[in-house]
Amino acid sequence: MDIFNLIFSFLYQFGDAFAFLVLSACGLAVIFGMMGVINLAHGEFIMCGAYVSTSAVHAGLPLPLAIIAGAVAAGIAGMIVELVVIRPLYQRPLDTIVATWGISMIVTQGTLIVLGPSMQGVGTPFGSFTMGGYSYSIYRVILMIAAIGTLALLWLMFTRTRFGLLSRATIQVPHVAEAMGVNTNLIYSLTFGLGAALAGLAGGLYAPTMTLVPTMGASFMVEAFVTVVVGGADIFLGTAPAAAILGIIKAALTGWQGQLAGQIGLLIAVIIVIRILPRGISGKILKERA
Amino acid sequence: MLITSKSAASALGVLLLAGAAFGQDAEPIKLGVLEDQSGDFALATIGKVHAIQLAAEEINAAGGIDGRPLELVEYDTQSDNTRFQEFMRRVLQRDKVDAVFAGFSSASREAYRPIVNQFDGLAFYNNQYEGGVCDANMIVTGAVPEQQFSTLLPYMIENYGPNVYTIAADYNFGQISAEWVRNIVAENGGTMVGEEFIPLGVSQFSQTIQNIQAAKPDFVVTLLVGTAQASYYEQAGAANLGLPMASSVNVGQGYEHKRFTPPSLKDMYATVNYVEEVDTPASKEFVEKFRAKFPDEPYINQEASNSYAAVYLYKQLVERAKSTDLAEIRKVIAEGDVCVDGPGGQMCIDPKSQHVSHTIHLAHVTEDHSVEFPTKWDAIQPYWLGEAGCDLTVSDPSEQYTPSNPPPANG
Repeated sequence: MDIFNLIFSFLYQFGDAFAFLVLSACGLAVIFGMMGVINLAHGEFIMCGAYVSTSAVHAGLPLPLAIIAGAVAAGIAGMIVELVVIRPLYQRPLDTIVATWGISMIVTQGTLIVLGPSMQGVGTPFGSFTMGGYSYSIYRVILMIAAIGTLALLWLMFTRTRFGLLSRATIQVPHVAEAMGVNTNLIYSLTFGLGAALAGLAGGLYAPTMTLVPTMGASFMVEAFVTVVVGGADIFLGTAPAAAILGIIKAALTGWQGQLAGQIGLLIAVIIVIRILPRGISGKILKERA
Repeated sequence: MLITSKSAASALGVLLLAGAAFGQDAEPIKLGVLEDQSGDFALATIGKVHAIQLAAEEINAAGGIDGRPLELVEYDTQSDNTRFQEFMRRVLQRDKVDAVFAGFSSASREAYRPIVNQFDGLAFYNNQYEGGVCDANMIVTGAVPEQQFSTLLPYMIENYGPNVYTIAADYNFGQISAEWVRNIVAENGGTMVGEEFIPLGVSQFSQTIQNIQAAKPDFVVTLLVGTAQASYYEQAGAANLGLPMASSVNVGQGYEHKRFTPPSLKDMYATVNYVEEVDTPASKEFVEKFRAKFPDEPYINQEASNSYAAVYLYKQLVERAKSTDLAEIRKVIAEGDVCVDGPGGQMCIDPKSQHVSHTIHLAHVTEDHSVEFPTKWDAIQPYWLGEAGCDLTVSDPSEQYTPSNPPPANG
């Protein structure tokens, strides 16, 4: 195999790991990183997006619209959860663990009872392409593009729209924002909904490639928390570079020694980062800037 | 995830199936049922609980076991090993059951087995597994590697070629099964071109698929466990890996061919002692009875059939022993002729290992995900433990052995 194919295959595997880390972590970066709610129901928002988008495809909707429907459904579910459960707990981050863990268990078991142990998948679209003796799934390249597109849209939303401005202001100094006439309750609700919708988007995007079961969200959780903890509070200075670094570690170790090595590598990276950068990559960057 | 609670939601379900058919004085026989009705393994194990309920209902309608009604004491073990230990203590100490039907994963079986030993109880493990448990307190009705791999691998090597790649779940089941695969492949003149162990819960296989392509095997042995790992098939199909697959555990347990879009499981070969597609009168009758009671059952898998047959094995043991006492039951087992006709074929308990013989069906998943059976092997014995030196009629080591860690000589 020539050097070009070797590089391409590594880039593909890196992109694949990067996309999975970014998409699983984006929603959590908003809810946990920005808002400080330790959301153990993150996986269930992902599952919600996957189930809704798959059902929509079964009902005849084209896949891209179905994925958006999944994100919207998860977003609405997120706003309801915020209103009913999370709102009294903003000053009590440890209590959010118990509350969201409870939601996670209720949703997982409720889905098992109501919808059964699994849902028929829709199959991965677009087929495959071959390069240098390896065949690759085209859909996974689309997932990489979707990950970059999601980051770009989020950046535009937080820096170029009024919602983004109010959201950042509310989360930084809620009392001042409120004094300036901002409806902070609404902003909290919308921001939490955005985080849930991003989780739903990840679920919708990965639904065609995965087994659809009530516990599917759990397989995103480790990667999501690892990425957010390594990244710190800021999505663009934190989540994106963290996903890139972790993606390289994961792709290299998995290619070299298999999946177990990849998982170990991710966890060792977190331990090191927590030790030397307690507030994550973005905490370090922002501190130096200040 | 972070904390474990003694959750009351682990729902104690005591099912009284005794009807008016029994006299006031007929004391029920209690059967503990510890199966995962929630969590990662629920998909494959809910059917086991239903099969036990079906068998209990039939037996009670026909007059019970030796005139005594059969009562089920069910707990949901939540795919969690510590729950198995907790509930095993509870059924043996507090509920005082006569026998326990317990466990899906080998990790959970090894978690509860010392407790069964401690209270000298009787547990049925109705699941295919990696083999090697030599324990007088256990009766294993699932198929073991010498039954599944010594049939499957020679067939695959002959039909597809000698180069084998194994991907296996990274815990005792996957590790020991992979060891069996290595040995049987070598005995049949094949070569292992690669092996990868996947941690439970991993759902992304892009790099694994590329590793397999780099090794260029003739077929892949998939020993994947749990619903997360089943994502492998969809992703390998999407990457157009296109290699035939062989498995002792997939299709027969998690009905992947029903859950994924064709043709992702094309040319998957699995050796099973039952799946609902088996085309015999006994199988058809079982499917009909099962669906009449549980119309929404997504699939009737191998372990449901084992669990159903195990209730009838237990009935025969108690009736012939005229007692639920373990020593009396084991005297009956030692006679060596305890057999039932299960949905997939005849099952007889081997006195040396307390495992059972099986009819092994080779299930081949075709391009449209229908199942055909190119061949079957009758009365395949669980011979390895006996040959290796485990003889429960003589001594009870209560150990699990593997080919690289066999029973000590003169056992």
